[in-house]
Amino acid sequence: MEDFLLVYRTDYSAMPKATPDQAEAMTKRWMDWIAGLNAQNKLVDRGNRLEPTTGKVVKPSNVVTNGPYAEIKEAIGGYSIIKARSYEEAIEIAKGCPILSVGGNVEVREISNL
Amino acid sequence: MEEFALIMRHEDGKKVASPEQIQTWMKQTMDWIGGIAAQNKFVSGTGLPFDDARTVLAKNSGKVVTNGPFGEIKETIGGLIVIKAGSVEEAVEFAKGCPVLQGEGNSVEVRKIARKDGMH
Amino acid sequence: MNKTELIPHLFRTEYRKIVSVLCKRFGFDQIETAEDIASDTFLTASQAWSLNNIPPNPVAWLYNVAKNKAKNHLHRNNLFDSKIAPDLKNGSLLKTEMEIDLSPQNINDSQLQMMFAICHPSIPSASQIGLSLRILCGFGIEEIADAFLTNKETINKRLFRAKEKLREEKIKIEFPGEAEINQRLETVLTTIYLLFSEGYYSVSQNTTIRKDLCFEAIRLCNMLVENQTTNKPEVNALLSLMCFHASRFDARVDKNGEPVLYDEQNTDLWDPDLISRGAYFLNYSATGNKISKYHLEAAIAYWNTQKEDTKEKWENILQLYNQLLQVEYSPVAALNRTFALSKANGKEEAIREAEKLNLSNDHFYFMLLGELYTGIDTDKARQNFNKALLLAKTGNDKKAIQNKLNKLS
Repeated sequence: MEDFLLVYRTDYSAMPKATPDQAEAMTKRWMDWIAGLNAQNKLVDRGNRLEPTTGKVVKPSNVVTNGPYAEIKEAIGGYSIIKARSYEEAIEIAKGCPILSVGGNVEVREISNL
Repeated sequence: MEEFALIMRHEDGKKVASPEQIQTWMKQTMDWIGGIAAQNKFVSGTGLPFDDARTVLAKNSGKVVTNGPFGEIKETIGGLIVIKAGSVEEAVEFAKGCPVLQGEGNSVEVRKIARKDGMH
Repeated sequence: MNKTELIPHLFRTEYRKIVSVLCKRFGFDQIETAEDIASDTFLTASQAWSLNNIPPNPVAWLYNVAKNKAKNHLHRNNLFDSKIAPDLKNGSLLKTEMEIDLSPQNINDSQLQMMFAICHPSIPSASQIGLSLRILCGFGIEEIADAFLTNKETINKRLFRAKEKLREEKIKIEFPGEAEINQRLETVLTTIYLLFSEGYYSVSQNTTIRKDLCFEAIRLCNMLVENQTTNKPEVNALLSLMCFHASRFDARVDKNGEPVLYDEQNTDLWDPDLISRGAYFLNYSATGNKISKYHLEAAIAYWNTQKEDTKEKWENILQLYNQLLQVEYSPVAALNRTFALSKANGKEEAIREAEKLNLSNDHFYFMLLGELYTGIDTDKARQNFNKALLLAKTGNDKKAIQNKLNKLS
């Protein structure tokens, strides 16, 4: 069993504004997915959602610009940590993530134990 | 007190660093995180390996899995920690101490943790 | 051992065994009864043995008397009516039901089960420690009051309320199930460690009591290690850590009862037996894939048994504190980490880090700053030592700081 970091990204500028009902429905999908992982004893850390449109980027020589990190269109929206026996299993888990249904994606990274 | 995620990005470590440099970088990172923890500002966090990432993309035709960390950009996520700070400016000051910034082209993204609203 | 020493000695070792077995048998409803019977047994012993000779096997004598008193109690009370009479009517009562089992196996099992029952999250930790000392360690109320620097009334009240709570919550005296055991073990380990710390760090002047507290904590942890169900890595780590610390017990105080700082300790007074036991359990703790704070503290304690001032020692200690602070922050760990940083990375970096700590109510903080500035900036060193002097409370602490100030000039 290893720990895997799941990083959720989506292009916030391209997302249509959700109605309150849609937002609530999406919230429920996330909660159900996370709860499901927990029930299967696969969840290590629920993680966090990040505020989507604010942030800073610090570069060498104390250069600070406004964030989020925007070398690419998709910004990080949140992350979680799961456990799985292999990358293959972690990917299978990631395929169930609700962000995929709104054009987002999930990066899967194995966590090294320092 | 708010919580902020500090997301470290660097070029593929294998290409630019020798094993000794990686060792040094690891010690510096542990010392940096230890310093934050000593001020009672550390919440959670992790280091990551330099290679072997997979990405799941959603495409119209279904889900596609590609190898490698996300995106066509050179920089990959090298670590993610969550700290406590009174403001984004204070969080930025912590970020400035991160050893990853010794490498040109590397960066630390500072993002505020969204208040718990059931999404997570 | 002569007559006058024997009873208190036996009280310390056998009282808790008898109470555990009876408590387990009667349940928390009857915990006072269990304690009464046990106390009564010793009263009878002290009367009988002062009139006659000490019996050839005093422990067996005590157990026999305790068993008989318990049986009498069962006969005389509702326990008989509600618990045993129904069985008697059916004729299904075996003679053994009335027996109190004081075999070594049952004594051990009962004590372990009592440990889990007492170290329960529903009662405050001071109460857990108090009850542990009373029931698991056979301490007198006076002794417990002395250890906590309080009075008998306070302790009695505390124990009374704790027992009430355990009764209310209907805490069962049994081994927790596989699913629960890790979580419950956490509480037990916290209590054991607090018990140890009371002895190790307490300001009570009574050195004998303090040593007893430490060794009782070690004994309880040993019981957990010797039992298959509870022999987990973090239990071994805690035991290792306590052995390492305890090895320096005799060196920490000089013949006038004044504390001796680590750097100035006479290493000949360090107990090599305890150090090797610490190393033994540290090895055993290195299994599984979870690193608990006990693992980290034990590893740090191991390095502290190596007196030589090598770069390797301090680099290791620094990294261990880096990890420990992530697992659990404490001002003590923050200060110790900064000290290790000064040895591993140099004083300048440590000074920068220390200034960020802002532990402005802590005299140890200013002592550390004073140490770090010594040899770098004498004025700043003096300023910080003076701040420390203002904040220090005990005479010993003030003396130690004054010594440092004197060395500066």
